[in-house]
Amino acid sequence: MPALVEREILEAALAAALERGGEFAEVFVEDRRTSSALLDQRRVEELSSGRDRGAGIRVVVGETTGFAHTADLSEASLVQAARAAAGVARGGGGGVREVRLGPIDEHPSRADLEPGHVDKERKIELLRHADEVARAQGTAISQVQVALGDSTRRFVVANSEGVFAADHQVRTRFNVSCVATGDAGMQTGYRPIAATRGFEVLSSEAVAEAARGAALQAITKLEARPAPSGEFAVVLAGGSGGILFHEACGHGLEADAIMKQASVYAGKVGQLVASPLVTLVDDGTVDGEWGYLAVDDEGRPGARNVLIENGVLTDYMWDYLRARKQGRTSSGNGRRQSYQHLPMVRMTNTYLLEGEDDADGIVASTPYGVYVAQLGGGQVNTATGDFVFGMTSAFLIENGRITAPLRDCNLIGNGPDVLQRVDAVANDFSMMPGTCGKNGQSVPVGCGQATMRLTGVTIGGTAS
Amino acid sequence: MSELLALAEGILEGAGGGHEIEIYLSRGVDTEVQAYQGEVEELTTAASSGIGVRVLRESAGGAQVGTAWAGSLDEDAVQEALREARDNLRYATQDEYVTFARPDGVAAVSLQLTDPSVASTPLKEKIAMAIELERLVRDGDNRIRQVESANYSDYVAEAAIVSTFGVRASYSRSGAFVSVEAIASDSSGDQTGWGLSAGRAPGDLDVAQAASDATRRATRMLGARKPASMKCTAVFDARSAATLLAIIGGSLSGEAVVRGRSFFANRLGEEVAASSFTVLDDPTDPRHFSASVYDGEGLACRRNVLIERGRLSAFVYDSVSARRAGTASTGSAVRGGIAGSPSAGCRALQLVPGELNQAEIFERVANGIYVESLTGVHSGVNPVSGDFSVGVTGMMIRDGELAEPVREITVASTLQRMLLDVEFVGNDVEWLPGHAAGQSLAVSGISVSGV
Repeated sequence: MPALVEREILEAALAAALERGGEFAEVFVEDRRTSSALLDQRRVEELSSGRDRGAGIRVVVGETTGFAHTADLSEASLVQAARAAAGVARGGGGGVREVRLGPIDEHPSRADLEPGHVDKERKIELLRHADEVARAQGTAISQVQVALGDSTRRFVVANSEGVFAADHQVRTRFNVSCVATGDAGMQTGYRPIAATRGFEVLSSEAVAEAARGAALQAITKLEARPAPSGEFAVVLAGGSGGILFHEACGHGLEADAIMKQASVYAGKVGQLVASPLVTLVDDGTVDGEWGYLAVDDEGRPGARNVLIENGVLTDYMWDYLRARKQGRTSSGNGRRQSYQHLPMVRMTNTYLLEGEDDADGIVASTPYGVYVAQLGGGQVNTATGDFVFGMTSAFLIENGRITAPLRDCNLIGNGPDVLQRVDAVANDFSMMPGTCGKNGQSVPVGCGQATMRLTGVTIGGTAS
Repeated sequence: MSELLALAEGILEGAGGGHEIEIYLSRGVDTEVQAYQGEVEELTTAASSGIGVRVLRESAGGAQVGTAWAGSLDEDAVQEALREARDNLRYATQDEYVTFARPDGVAAVSLQLTDPSVASTPLKEKIAMAIELERLVRDGDNRIRQVESANYSDYVAEAAIVSTFGVRASYSRSGAFVSVEAIASDSSGDQTGWGLSAGRAPGDLDVAQAASDATRRATRMLGARKPASMKCTAVFDARSAATLLAIIGGSLSGEAVVRGRSFFANRLGEEVAASSFTVLDDPTDPRHFSASVYDGEGLACRRNVLIERGRLSAFVYDSVSARRAGTASTGSAVRGGIAGSPSAGCRALQLVPGELNQAEIFERVANGIYVESLTGVHSGVNPVSGDFSVGVTGMMIRDGELAEPVREITVASTLQRMLLDVEFVGNDVEWLPGHAAGQSLAVSGISVSGV
């Protein structure tokens, strides 16, 4: 495959970025192709294709980062963007600095079936298949929407310290959303499939399973009663419960929040911050997962980083800039939404290691509480640790048995507090894909955990 | 004629025949400054542009549409987008309702939404505003322990839409913002508060007001506790009320209605809210930062009354959802940039103000909870079923006055119930970034979950 941009052009742009005294410069060149297909109300409404290509250049001088980007990949345009980014430098002291890049660290696509090689007819067949399977689950299904999307993202990143790396990331996503209508109104169900893989992940069986799951979730919720209000024991089913850790502590362990003393976990390395059952890992190397990356968006290899080990805080997550200030290396967590964005510390695949309890046993030993089969998104205030996350499929637990379905609501808690409340972790680990938003940038992430119990969390329902 | 409109017409003319074509071009310049500890921490200056193409083929069995986009206006990017859109069209289901907008004779209002001073203000003055904002927060109160970020940002954006159906529209808009997040601290721990000021140009911004807003919000939350669960009246502040209004607006989209995804479906003409509740979507009101002359399909924006004294009176439509519903577009197509196709949505929502200011509302409510921030709105509100549950911070209202701060709680009800339970709509309108203005809003029968 041809290079996105010639090595000499990257070297020229880096030299231009440093000519006013910059201490560090980086060029990130990206070419992303996306395609999507949407089926709604049994109609293939729209196929769309997109292409986004450009370069982002940053220059660091002291505590200041200058950034500029351009959609034009010519040498003249990159040099112009480099000079714009370097505008934050106060002049003087620079002079000519030559930048010579060594051999490139280049990573191939992990896709067996590249999106561009898939017949559009085949995509349409899958959409229709999901629609039919969902509707076959019951006459209450009144609305089915199926979306398929893929992206092929090639990038090359080079910096003044000799990093020179390229990655070819192929991601495939398939979502089924259903509405069921009953006497008491409408309810929704949702199932995603998402992987850092090619079209091979979308087998007819996988698509049908997602469709069935989404439809049954909506139908089940037609019978849902209002969720309770107040503090209860909560059992989180394996998979989507991982978002609890993403929100409750993951964001608070990102070095940008730590270095600004804007996290409740600042200064706590080596301290017991969680139940000893908690070992939390952020891991960009989980092949095929939604947050997988061969190298991060700063050219650093993806890595498996243990953040909390048996309840003890072991380390934070780092990008280049924050690591540099601390005189250490990045942990491979420097990510950006696109060439138009500055990288910052982001999670990849964040998960809680599984334990030894039996998932059914955890439910059976819970006299009264809430069983959360699926969590939606969440949000955290890293400075206070307060977080919320939404239950999109939940049930009451009564006398050790899963009983009535509950209507959607949020759970609310405080990170450091809830980490102490983990009193059982099962051995049925699984992962779920998600999209993480931070400071206006979205990146794909994975979350995972096994079935687990929290001794008391506030459920934001309406039933007293 | 704007340069961008001329460019769009040139692309349309050169696109060749055989299909109906719509070209949407956008172009913008952005500046962002983040200050930290008296220095510029990040400075971004960027220009971007792009094209969204839709092609349509009409035949006896219905029309088909295909779309493509590119983040560049280079000739080869434009040609590739045209080619891809044509190819994509072949796979769409024929649909008798699919169409592009046709000029409907409604004249566009004349609005001046771009302030040239955004472009002409020297960068160093913009930097100075961010640094001053941070300094005011740090020095304003000795309980402020940290300012996580103090930001200045602005933009000038323009767009042009042309089509073979005769649409020919272009418009531009500018905006400038400062925002700051303060962390206050005492022996009880840390609390945060966020302040902002918005305008069309740097000169509109009130940096001192943004600073004092963040400081006040952070410091008065110090010592906040989690109260016992209860049922009471909640008074939402202007910002959180604007968030609620935007959610309601989503369900007033004719597109959500025709897709069977709105709890307002089949309820036109019914009493859906308290009689004090009147909702307008009016992009032609220049006080909205999101005001616009044209909608996302190039039709003139207009004022639409959606809920009138509690009665559901209308939905907003784009061309396709209107046809499905058997009505006409309300000039309410919105599109999420070059990659998004038009859909029906509210752009500039507001509630007709009531009689009371915030203090008077507190007095009438006597006892309840004052909500100053919402979290988990995307995860805790289901706009299809209407289930509503969000995390909040705020203060208790006791004997008509603000009392102790509270946190780590949720407020819950259903959207349907909340609309009927509106007790007071304030007269203290704040024009905010986003798609809705806000003012104090009192809603009874709210379940508060705490310990």
